[in-house]
Amino acid sequence: MPRKTVFQASVEFLQILDEDAKLDAKLAKDTLTDDEVKFLYEQMIINRQLDEIAFKLQRSGRMGTYPQNKGQEAAALGSGFAAKKGSDYIVPCYRENGSMFLHGLPMHYVLLHWMGDERGNQIPDGVNVTPIAIPIGTQMLHATGMAMAFKIRKEPRVAVTYFGDGATSEGDFHEAMNFAGSFQAPVVFFCQNNQWAISVPRETQTNCETIAQKSVAYGMPGIQCDGNDLFAVFRATREALDRARAGGGPSFIEAVTYRLADHTTADDAKRYRDPEEVEAWASKDPIIRHRKYLEAKGLWDDAKQAETEARAKTIVQEIVRAAEGIEKPSVEEVFDSTFAELPPEIRRQRDTLRTSSIGQEPDQAGLRAHEEARA
Amino acid sequence: MPERNLVQAINHALAHEMERDERVVVLGEDVGFNGGVFRVTEGLQARFGRDRVVDTPLAESGIMGTAIGLAMADMRPVPEIQFEGFLGPAYDQLVNHAARYRTRTRSAITIPLTVRVPVGGGIHAPELHSDSPEAIYAHTPGLKVVMPSTPYDAKGLLLAAIRDPDPVLYFEPKRVYRSFKEEVPDEDYTIPIGQAKVVSEGTDITVITWGAPVFQCLAAMDALPEDVSMELIDLRTIYPIDMDTVIESVRKTGRAVVVHEAPKTCGMGAEISSIIQEHCFLHLEAPVQRVAGFDTVMPYYKLELEYLPEAPRIEKGIMECLAY
Repeated sequence: MPRKTVFQASVEFLQILDEDAKLDAKLAKDTLTDDEVKFLYEQMIINRQLDEIAFKLQRSGRMGTYPQNKGQEAAALGSGFAAKKGSDYIVPCYRENGSMFLHGLPMHYVLLHWMGDERGNQIPDGVNVTPIAIPIGTQMLHATGMAMAFKIRKEPRVAVTYFGDGATSEGDFHEAMNFAGSFQAPVVFFCQNNQWAISVPRETQTNCETIAQKSVAYGMPGIQCDGNDLFAVFRATREALDRARAGGGPSFIEAVTYRLADHTTADDAKRYRDPEEVEAWASKDPIIRHRKYLEAKGLWDDAKQAETEARAKTIVQEIVRAAEGIEKPSVEEVFDSTFAELPPEIRRQRDTLRTSSIGQEPDQAGLRAHEEARA
Repeated sequence: MPERNLVQAINHALAHEMERDERVVVLGEDVGFNGGVFRVTEGLQARFGRDRVVDTPLAESGIMGTAIGLAMADMRPVPEIQFEGFLGPAYDQLVNHAARYRTRTRSAITIPLTVRVPVGGGIHAPELHSDSPEAIYAHTPGLKVVMPSTPYDAKGLLLAAIRDPDPVLYFEPKRVYRSFKEEVPDEDYTIPIGQAKVVSEGTDITVITWGAPVFQCLAAMDALPEDVSMELIDLRTIYPIDMDTVIESVRKTGRAVVVHEAPKTCGMGAEISSIIQEHCFLHLEAPVQRVAGFDTVMPYYKLELEYLPEAPRIEKGIMECLAY
């Protein structure tokens, strides 16, 4: 037969807690306990509070540009919770605060980063999180390289890397997915498909029906899940992690979610988004859905909500105080962290920055000695 | 003592370091089974296995990006980019990530990475196989750039680069790859990054160069009038420059010529001339001369010797500098 189908593929969608907060008990089996859902829901509230305060800090001139995470908390928290703290590695983009915090990043580091201070990236020892990545999609290759190291050393560890729908158009996305597939590296590619890359909608990024189907081309399993559903995100991520740990190589997860806020504080999404679309997604807000779920189970009520919101306010106040309490770094730090051992020219620039221009001083050319010799 | 050419010296140094440090991983296009297009990594995969000598998919950003990840996970990656013309796709990873990671994390995360890249013209190679981009990377804060011109230096500099806690671009002048052999001991030794070498001592004029032009400068020296005493400096490290060796020499001779294959404008010659005028102004007898590639695209190989600073043009530059 000269012409036949040689390959076919399909992509699954996974939703366990639907928009009306109805749980599919079968699919939810062995995922999250009541206590865990409660804990993660509280984290959502704390993260949302941080987002709101960060926005205000920017508006009042106390912080630079900030990208809100609003609406995507379930995706970050559900996936981060599935990974093993202290062993697996989180390689984020910039809309995964929740996952970074779960893995031990002190919360004020994120504010410090957006306050224009590199010490927000000075990840403490033992915290397996890489700093917020600003260029799009480049960090996926770092996660793949790390995973290759884990595999070479036969360590049961996995790198989990985050990126958005826009990043899947980058060349580095292709190269990272391809390297990971080729080397069967233990890495989980977690795409937060929040529908918008600044002003460019998901439909413009790719002609694919789903982003998840891109995994097929790299020979790795891929799944699309409801990104606003903690259960689905957790289950998809844990399956991917288990597979990677068992030697099954990389996996791809497309978490379908929505960026409820602007791209960053420097953006105005009203310029390009239909308010009806935003409204429709606002009703699918993961905070609404999980609260409804917990209340229906009798695990939550207004008093608990008020108490948690108050606690979130206190926590975030403390974080802001911590970040703002850190004194401006000395300019010497910039020089000192350029190389392990400073080349003489950099050392000279550092040591004379307060006393001279960075040009030459007459003495460097030997002017005084020359004049003395002439006299 | 064994004699080795540049290719053999680098191969020997890689094996030496892989034996000594199991974190060292070689990766790149064709570096494994095939031993690299120049055979620099020949035999390494058979000896150290496919996990440590990795044939990667054909993607330079992928090679550089995964090498960064390997370094972050406490390996000592030595990626090869097959030719300098293909550094372009890896530029973002190298410049925006490898070079900046230490500073942007205040040294919490560092990238010990040695990127091997064959470089330069003179071997009748196809398009984009003959450039000299060292100034681009010397201009990038956070990167070190070295270019050995001899087998002995190649081993010592490679070991120093792999053991360096920061990213190092290790440029290999392909015109020298098989041009001669010299004694390269089996024993462990390093040549510190940032240390130039006085190849030939002299008193009348200083010629500063690196890579393949070292040998063109030696040929030019032989053609000079007998009464001219020329000092030749092989920079070996492009960044950080060994300013002391340059300054000391030019203060002695009062004249300097910088020779490089890369285009003249914004080439390293511009920086070196500036260092000389900053530090040797009162000692100078003549303007610093630059004998460099032209500010044109590197031509296809029929015209490459017209483009490159060959001995006659270098000799001319030296005589022009001596005319003052």
